[in-house]
Amino acid sequence: MNTLLKIIKYQLHDLLRGKWVLVYTAVFFVLTDGLFRFGGDSDQVSLSLMNIVLFVIPLVSIVFGTMFFYNSREFIELLLSQPISRAALFLGLYLGLSLPLSAVFLVGVGVPFIYHAGFLGGAYWILLLAGTSLTCVFTGIAFLIAVHYEQRVKGIGVAIVLWLLLAILYDGIIMFILFALEEYPLEKLTLILSMLNPIDLGRILILLQFDIAALMGYTGALFTKFYGNHIGTVIALLTLGIWCAAPVWLGFRAFLKKDF
Amino acid sequence: MIEISGLAKRFGTHEVLKSLDASILANKITAIVGHNGSGKTTLIKCLLGLDQYEAGTIRINDYQLTADWNYRAQIGYMSQIARFPENLSAREVITMISDLRQGSPTQATELIQYFHLDDEMDKPLKTLSGGTRQKVNAVVSFMFNPDLLILDEPTAGLDPISSSSLKDRILSEKEQGKTIVITSHIMSEIQELADTILYLLDGKIFFDGPVDVLIKQTGEKNLERAMAKLMS
Repeated sequence: MNTLLKIIKYQLHDLLRGKWVLVYTAVFFVLTDGLFRFGGDSDQVSLSLMNIVLFVIPLVSIVFGTMFFYNSREFIELLLSQPISRAALFLGLYLGLSLPLSAVFLVGVGVPFIYHAGFLGGAYWILLLAGTSLTCVFTGIAFLIAVHYEQRVKGIGVAIVLWLLLAILYDGIIMFILFALEEYPLEKLTLILSMLNPIDLGRILILLQFDIAALMGYTGALFTKFYGNHIGTVIALLTLGIWCAAPVWLGFRAFLKKDF
Repeated sequence: MIEISGLAKRFGTHEVLKSLDASILANKITAIVGHNGSGKTTLIKCLLGLDQYEAGTIRINDYQLTADWNYRAQIGYMSQIARFPENLSAREVITMISDLRQGSPTQATELIQYFHLDDEMDKPLKTLSGGTRQKVNAVVSFMFNPDLLILDEPTAGLDPISSSSLKDRILSEKEQGKTIVITSHIMSEIQELADTILYLLDGKIFFDGPVDVLIKQTGEKNLERAMAKLMS
């Protein structure tokens, strides 16, 4: 077994020691199960879950990711004086957190869905995919922040502010820009702006699966208009893929150069 | 054993090491001394690849340090403050490190007995006292029987008995042909252990030579007074 897998193994041990993994799974499970019991069909449940997924997953991933990295500081310093490569250590830490977090989400939401609906519909797959991607994106951002800021309090503060910005304030900022520049053609600008926010991308990706243009908001409607449902989905997925890779890559580069 | 040339390292605008040249001889105990903040630990961390330096080269056994990490298999490092995953026990840490670096800790059992740690091995590390942690730290750095031992203030926080047994151990490691680099602020300790002194001042080597030469040069009766004269 190579070093990377071993580091992931030790991270898993460490994670399973804490109770929060169970709590996180239980929250998703109870929620999905509850939504079905209150009489939703699978489309309605997917839409309700979407809002939770888009808020909770980024928050948990970014805050927990930053804390996790700071808490692993001792582990990192101990291993760095051993003949172990920094690259394997960083990737091991990242995968050792993003994989279990994704798995927990998939199990918590997936099991009640199969149990109630008996199948996984197309829109539902996309919901699971969006949730998993957002987990990877925000754990990556969390690691980037934690590598960059030496102080724990500062790092966690930056993480929370960034989440607020992307999850809540971003739409307001877009609206403000649109109002301020309403004299000009804004379609291209809006498309670019929505691609700069992974949460927005997640929302568009899920909404593109339903035929409800009215619910999509301005950016979603534009996506459909410009690309149509299929190409829109592919473009949103590709951009989310870039979002998964970019922060991890930047964090990785910074980690290789960091002084411990 | 170790050849350092033109080593430069800065933290922000603060230049810690300014084009430092030094060599550390094989099978000897070399003490790095200097006042607080003179860059002793930084120099050691550069040797280990924990700190990245801007300029200069380091060669260990004719191997030039790059981003490669395999060379650390020959090094046992004892950090100033023992840093361990707090929830694990000492035994789990030893198992984990051995598993990760695929080595067998040939000396572990003997070292645990040597430092009387048998009863402490299965307790979580966060419950152990500072001195006990430091002894676990010693076990971890000595257990793979490395050729080069780098010890950053190894006796800090140890009681007189443990401190003496650690010093005896360091001397016996040297007799087995190990190369040892040590930092300390306790001059009597350095006089007892070290063959050579590297005195760091303003990011450069101010004195490099055998301990007795330094004492003779300054005309003082022991190393502490000699160093005090040199520093003033």
